[in-house]
Amino acid sequence: MKKVVIIGNGVAGITAARHIRKLSECDITIVSAESHYFYSRTALMYIYMGHMRFKDTKPYEDWFWKKNRINLVYDYVQATDFQDKKLQLLSGGALHYDVLILATGSKPRPYNCPGIDAEGVRSLYFLQDLDKIEQDTKKITRAAVVGGGLIGIELAEMLHSRGIGVDFLIREQSFWKNVLPAAESELVSRHIERNGIQLHRNTTLEEVNKDEKQRIKGILANGNEIPCEFLGITIGVTPNIGFLDGSAVQMNRGILVNEYLETNIEDVYAIGDCAEMAQPPENRKSIEAVWYTARMMGETVAHTICGRKKAYNPGVWFNSAKFFHLEYQTYGVVNSDVNEEQSLYWENDKGNKAIRVVFDQNHKILGFNAIGVRLRHEVAERWIKGGVSINEGILQFDVIQFDPEFYPALKPNLMNQLNKKVALTN
Amino acid sequence: MHNYKNIALSLVWIGFGLFLLLFFVGTYQLKPAHVASVIKDQANQELIDSKISKLYQKTYKFPAQLAGEYKAHIDQLNENFKQQEQWDQVIWTDYSLPLILQAYQGPIVQYPWLCILFSLGVMMLGALLFVFSTFGSKMAGIHHDKIFQKSISRGGWLGVILGSFLILFYMALYWQPVYLASWIVLLNPISKFFSGQPASQWFMYGFFYTIAVLVMGLRMQLKYKGNRYQQLRTSSVMFFQLIFAFLLPEILASFNQPWYDFKNIWPLDYDFFYAWNLNQLRSSGFMGIFILVWGLALIIVAIPIFTYFYGKRWYCSWVCGCGGLAETAGDPFRQLSNKSLKAWKIERWLINGVLVFAVVVTAFALVSYFNEHAFVKNYSASLQKWYGFFIGAAFSGVVGTGFYPLMGNRVWCRFGCPLAAILGIIQRFKSRFRITTNGGQCISCGNCSTYCEMGIDVRMYAQKGENIVRASCVGCGVCASVCPRGVLKLENNTEERFKTNKQT
Repeated sequence: MKKVVIIGNGVAGITAARHIRKLSECDITIVSAESHYFYSRTALMYIYMGHMRFKDTKPYEDWFWKKNRINLVYDYVQATDFQDKKLQLLSGGALHYDVLILATGSKPRPYNCPGIDAEGVRSLYFLQDLDKIEQDTKKITRAAVVGGGLIGIELAEMLHSRGIGVDFLIREQSFWKNVLPAAESELVSRHIERNGIQLHRNTTLEEVNKDEKQRIKGILANGNEIPCEFLGITIGVTPNIGFLDGSAVQMNRGILVNEYLETNIEDVYAIGDCAEMAQPPENRKSIEAVWYTARMMGETVAHTICGRKKAYNPGVWFNSAKFFHLEYQTYGVVNSDVNEEQSLYWENDKGNKAIRVVFDQNHKILGFNAIGVRLRHEVAERWIKGGVSINEGILQFDVIQFDPEFYPALKPNLMNQLNKKVALTN
Repeated sequence: MHNYKNIALSLVWIGFGLFLLLFFVGTYQLKPAHVASVIKDQANQELIDSKISKLYQKTYKFPAQLAGEYKAHIDQLNENFKQQEQWDQVIWTDYSLPLILQAYQGPIVQYPWLCILFSLGVMMLGALLFVFSTFGSKMAGIHHDKIFQKSISRGGWLGVILGSFLILFYMALYWQPVYLASWIVLLNPISKFFSGQPASQWFMYGFFYTIAVLVMGLRMQLKYKGNRYQQLRTSSVMFFQLIFAFLLPEILASFNQPWYDFKNIWPLDYDFFYAWNLNQLRSSGFMGIFILVWGLALIIVAIPIFTYFYGKRWYCSWVCGCGGLAETAGDPFRQLSNKSLKAWKIERWLINGVLVFAVVVTAFALVSYFNEHAFVKNYSASLQKWYGFFIGAAFSGVVGTGFYPLMGNRVWCRFGCPLAAILGIIQRFKSRFRITTNGGQCISCGNCSTYCEMGIDVRMYAQKGENIVRASCVGCGVCASVCPRGVLKLENNTEERFKTNKQT
């Protein structure tokens, strides 16, 4: 019986294990030093905010693993021996494998400035980070968050939910400006401010000030002192592959893999955030640290390992997020430096709903951004793949809108916007 | 806002404190006039009057004491009749509660409106102020902060206290209403306003129930501002509770018509086919026959058609009274439902078991209605007694609502309601309703499962991209509301329901 060992019990590793079990009778072992059971990292913020308990974040009940004969090992892989196919564990034991899947995910990207080692400076990624943040933010009144990405805004919302005043430092002119076009980015920035967050635009953290107990008492940013008792560093993530340093596996920023998610070493695969596609598919990045790509890679690699070799094909790019009370979805290609000539943008008066449809010179739809509006994934993908025209898309908008019943249909607003645009260009 | 919230909470506590105080103030002294006004049967009246004359002199601190002594006397009387086999002389009717309500003496009858105002009025004012100060200024969105950090909504000690209070209240209401005498008397002026009659324990219960649905319904409206699905269905349950369950029956009663809730459907309305009800309806002229036809039409026409087109939600989270309370007063507790596979197994056995029980009881009731056979009649009577005790009172009331703060707000609907069982079977096998999942957007966060009051593990379906077609789903739509990635949508559609939408 083939012995499959998976390092990492995040969504990539777990999905791989589940599908290998569905397809085969392999012996499956998952090693993780973070948690005994798979939990949903995306829900960490909800634990802190009191929306959920830790146990609610576990997608499978604890009996599930034994029933599906998936061995869980709570340990840390210290060293890998690809020659003898052996893993050295921190507890002293060793694990033999026939097939190894590296699914170690990401780790927070570190920030460097004087005083950054102060007490009360944290990142948010691991389960353990949450406990530390919980300890650090008890009874404090002011906090700062550095880094205007998805984790940054989550951390800002978390702190805000506890009544802690938040100074949110972003390097760009507006939130997530490197991903969102200006209008959306401004809309979200306004929403952040409306929620009572102090948004510091074009701001760089320069120094962390400590008190005599080495605890943070404030920060220096753009030359200004900002008092705070906690600092969140959320400037992005990077593949969590330090334990492979000096090993034979080929790495760049992440572990390099081909379209079959194979590394340069036979029987060793890498999936999820830690994997870097040597040749990414069209319109995709080489590292995509998002939930669903990890899940897709897990499913794909399971097929390959079980003798049904399958190439990784993520299809049309999509993603989603939530910024305080604003839901965001994107499908296809919507660049931050979008050509306004080839894009239709509509925003409501309240500034809590927006739609952008991007098209090419032949008026074929390339992508969507939706804020405060839900779109139907299946339809968005079909339209983008099928080259549906912007006119047709707006006429059929009722089909793609996925909002709950009794919500206003946005088709009339978009028709209006389209007519204005046509009038302008004529 | 925070200040208002504290004032609001203080008002609630003051009002509730006075309400609790009123439970204990007052004394009970029975007078011949009470017996004369309560007992209309001339023979019984004289008999009882002479038997309990000793009680007239005494003043009682607790209603249960008086009720106990009254019952002891009547039992003695009845015992004699039974020994002498004078069956027609036995006093079968229990007059103790109406007598004791008349016997009440104290501030509640001296200053009735003042007492209502300072207990219930202040409590309501506080609750409304609390609701507005909590949600009034909030942006449209999901407001679940600190739910698992608060004792009351986490199932902590405050929840246990509230649950215990509700359980005691329901036990008294169903089995020893005499304990609640002072609270029933408190509502006399309101009951007289509607129907000219003094309050009964059921009027009191109906009044509190309706107030709870209205006040907490308003809370739901504000909590889900900007969410038209939640607001509309909350308006709907508020409307049906106020008009159909509370006002219409009172109006009917004041015109000497049968008391009937036009939205209550058999087998939730389990005594609809009991002999006494059928007799009453048949002897109530046009209205009686209309109710009979209406009740049958709901079962035969409305249930299959509406459930086919909209799923069971048309009833459970838009119309039903139990659902109405669960969706309003129960909303703060929805996250406490058990999501385990084991709970789902228990649920299926229990709810369908109760349905079988209800069908058997009804079948016996109908057979005995058309057939005077003594064996069937006796058997039917004891079945009805057991169903009333275990299901009608203990399960739907004591457990169903008393356990809100411990097991979530849909314990009865999920594990016990026989009507929900029927609707669920139709929804599962023959309906257009389903919850659609949006391709691959699910991030398995678990908000949907956590806030599913029916304990459905919504995430299990959502993360596989599978549509959700479950018998228990009442279509409250909260899973779709709380989803941070826009994955879930309630739909009625003709397409294949058991579909996988995931893009891989």
